[in-house]
Amino acid sequence: MIALLRRDLTLALRAGGGFGLGLAFYLILVALVAFGVGPEGALLARIAPGILWVGALLACLLSLDRIFALDREDGSLELLATAPLPLEGIVTMKALAHWITTGLPLVVAAPLLGLMLNLPGPGFAWLFVSLLIGTPALSVLGTFGAALTVGLKRGGLLLSLIVLPLYVPTLIFGAEVARRGAEGLAVQTPLLLLAGITCGTLALLPFASAAVLRVNLR
Amino acid sequence: MRSLWEYANPKKFIETSQRVLPAVTWASVACLVVGLIWGFFFTPEDYRQGSTVKIIYLHVPSALMAINAWFMMLLASLIWLIRRHHVSALAARAAAPIGAVMTMIALATGAIWGQPMWGTWWVWDPRLTSFLILFLFYLGYIALWAAVEDDDTAADLTSILCIVGSVFAVLSRYAVNFWNQGLHQGASVMRAGALAGDTEERVSNVFALPLFVCIAGFVLLFVALVLLRTQTEIRARRMRALVARERRG
Amino acid sequence: MPELGKYAATVLSAYGVSLLLLLALTGVSLWRARRVRAELAEVEARTKK
Repeated sequence: MIALLRRDLTLALRAGGGFGLGLAFYLILVALVAFGVGPEGALLARIAPGILWVGALLACLLSLDRIFALDREDGSLELLATAPLPLEGIVTMKALAHWITTGLPLVVAAPLLGLMLNLPGPGFAWLFVSLLIGTPALSVLGTFGAALTVGLKRGGLLLSLIVLPLYVPTLIFGAEVARRGAEGLAVQTPLLLLAGITCGTLALLPFASAAVLRVNLR
Repeated sequence: MRSLWEYANPKKFIETSQRVLPAVTWASVACLVVGLIWGFFFTPEDYRQGSTVKIIYLHVPSALMAINAWFMMLLASLIWLIRRHHVSALAARAAAPIGAVMTMIALATGAIWGQPMWGTWWVWDPRLTSFLILFLFYLGYIALWAAVEDDDTAADLTSILCIVGSVFAVLSRYAVNFWNQGLHQGASVMRAGALAGDTEERVSNVFALPLFVCIAGFVLLFVALVLLRTQTEIRARRMRALVARERRG
Repeated sequence: MPELGKYAATVLSAYGVSLLLLLALTGVSLWRARRVRAELAEVEARTKK
């Protein structure tokens, strides 16, 4: 499993784009929002936590279809499925690789973009923490969506239609943590709920993803 | 002893549903006509809501059916995954567009009612928002059915999506509750028969009786449409199989 | 026609939209049922030969 993770990370690095593309998209999105709503600092400060969360979510969505598509094309997905590793483990490692290449850079970049959006001082730490806790759930859910649509020719749009509603609870609690943190309120309740969702999806969803993948590889 | 599983046989299902369908259809039409006419023409106005209270006869039944249709799809999906009865998977497929339309009706009537009552077409109220999310789930489910070519694969994939989606629909419901306390009144219909309690909030009998007739009408309409559409799906599937066999020679 | 008061447009449009949607759904279901049935009959007749 470690070898698989290392392989995926190397592939993502070699191909380039993996890290950079999502980050660039995130930056552009934040800039576009600022263009859209105007440069007024107080307004931007108020909506910053929500924008940064939505942006992270969309940037995450962008690279989902690559999780399985490349392996599917060159046939290594079939090889992996027949390998002695349980498919659940493979799926988890794929999600982890996606999180390290896409989620983690977003988490690190978010506070910097928060500067641009005039995010209030106490918000930075909580934005960082909420994204750090929440993005693994996004990757795992996304892996499920990618596994569902792996065999389809034009899966991209369908993938977003399926995955985005699944992101709703994570987004709500995550953005709530960041918002309350920015306003200096207590963050414990949404933070615990967010962590609960992440743990739950991490524990259960790989089984669903693996089942779906088995169906698709039949 | 005849068992329910007999209807897992497509032929048997078509035969029986063919026999039941006219009765269900006419019962549903009768209930809807009686309930809606009763509700529209022969109920008084509410002292606060005026005549807009009449929208309840469409809004509440469609909202109920929007949720129940998803439940039925969940059950059918589970039956398909566990016992692999094709009729079950096709029934889930047949129910999805009905559920989506019911969600649309609930949202549309709600918006039209909200405009004069709350002064806005749309508020980000927990109930409204979770219905919007439910609608998105229906869309994703229908789109996935349409996108996958092989029938059995599509049935498997959509069943798993339905189960995962159910969990997340419930999660979203509570998340949204947390996110915003709403304007929407609580579910007062089920308390309609309650003896004691807050008379202010419960739906009085004048409104409740035609409402129950309407709910019965919507349930029967749903059953009739599911039977009809499942038949259609069975036939379409058989046709695809025949055409495929023909091509192979 | 009952007296609908100032909310007449609201109530009527709600009924209109809902009935339209229900009729459309039923219509589409019936139309597709009929078409598929006809097509199946045709295919069955062809394969019997």
